[in-house]
Amino acid sequence: MTSYYDPQDLPKFAEIGKNAPELAEKFFDYYNAVFADGALTEREKTLIALAVAHAVQCPYCIDAYTVACLEKGSNLDEMTEAVHVANAIRGGASIAHAVQMRKIAEKLSM
Amino acid sequence: MDIDETLRKRGIELRRTATTTLQINVGFKCNLACRHCHVEAGPSRREMMESRTIEAVIACAGRLHFQAIDITGGAPELLPGLPRLISGLAPLTSKLLVRTNLVALARPEFVGLIDFYRRNGVGIVASLPSINPDQTNGQRGAGVFERSVAALKLLNGFGYGRQKSGLGLDLAVNPTGAFLPADQAQAERRFRLDLERKHNIEFSSLFTFANVPLGRFRTWLEGSGNLGPYLKKIEESFNPCTVPHLMCRTTVSVDWQGFLYDCDFNLAAGLHHCGKKKHVSELAELPPEGTSIPIADHCYACTAGAGFTCSGSILQ
Repeated sequence: MTSYYDPQDLPKFAEIGKNAPELAEKFFDYYNAVFADGALTEREKTLIALAVAHAVQCPYCIDAYTVACLEKGSNLDEMTEAVHVANAIRGGASIAHAVQMRKIAEKLSM
Repeated sequence: MDIDETLRKRGIELRRTATTTLQINVGFKCNLACRHCHVEAGPSRREMMESRTIEAVIACAGRLHFQAIDITGGAPELLPGLPRLISGLAPLTSKLLVRTNLVALARPEFVGLIDFYRRNGVGIVASLPSINPDQTNGQRGAGVFERSVAALKLLNGFGYGRQKSGLGLDLAVNPTGAFLPADQAQAERRFRLDLERKHNIEFSSLFTFANVPLGRFRTWLEGSGNLGPYLKKIEESFNPCTVPHLMCRTTVSVDWQGFLYDCDFNLAAGLHHCGKKKHVSELAELPPEGTSIPIADHCYACTAGAGFTCSGSILQ
């Protein structure tokens, strides 16, 4: 093994079901239901998934959802904005915790 | 796995059913050189249908009844004999369609064609791969998106695509890369909302198509390192439910020289109808039901997922 990540492994995603198959079945049923058209369209959900994939930094998900976004009729403009949403929330979460930092510093400081 | 073997394993034989459609490829000359073009049409091509072939096609349509006649290319607008072809065919069918890349149709020298189409009840099928300018221009060339929008507005001005005008303006949407198209109904909703909101453009229906790995698209796939994965994708997406509805079962395709095929993709691949060169002037009757259809691995593009015909997605 020369790398922890190999794109050829992505299609093996469902092999988790070879053990504990009942749990895999529950997961994949739920997974497919999550991405079906609902109040949000499949395209909107796929863009959200792309953003989350960048937030959790999963290369498998980034690969799969980049392709899925294009196949749902999205484009680089939309996909880039989605990544920026992930970026803004991650950055914003750090900054929001700075409220804690400031509170403690103000309590301790003259 | 070869598509032959895929069909055989499922006990499927691809044979013709009743012929309903005549598709005429008037030649490969085009003002654009789109990257996904399966016939490699472009400005440097010289192949264009001559007058005697036009007359032979009209004679055939008069001998045999076709529910629909569909004119494609290249860019049909560039064929000098197009008005004669249309005026000859219009009385012979209830549905006459001409495909356009929009940029050709909006050229000043061809604007008169739009009124000619209107007077002859011609329906227009216009290529617009994306509502995103970068994607459209990436497939079709710099500036094409803006000129396509201008052409669509011009067509709306003549009544095409307007509700209750009776003048059909359908959009043909091919993916702008090595991926399968979006769901047709979802794409139609999105295009309709976006084109109306941003450009005040209306259209009748939208059809999605998979790109077929032939011609310039195949060359692009090879050069970009996408050929193997794309061929694998369309093979793995094989859907046996699409086979009864494939257009090769109901279509007779004629090339610029008058030779017959079962579809425009087989035309591009050089796979003649019944496996041998036969001229449209020799077609005395519609091909019998049960006639075998030549196939090759590019056919996986039409059987992938929802499946695709010249009228868009098969399963919706």
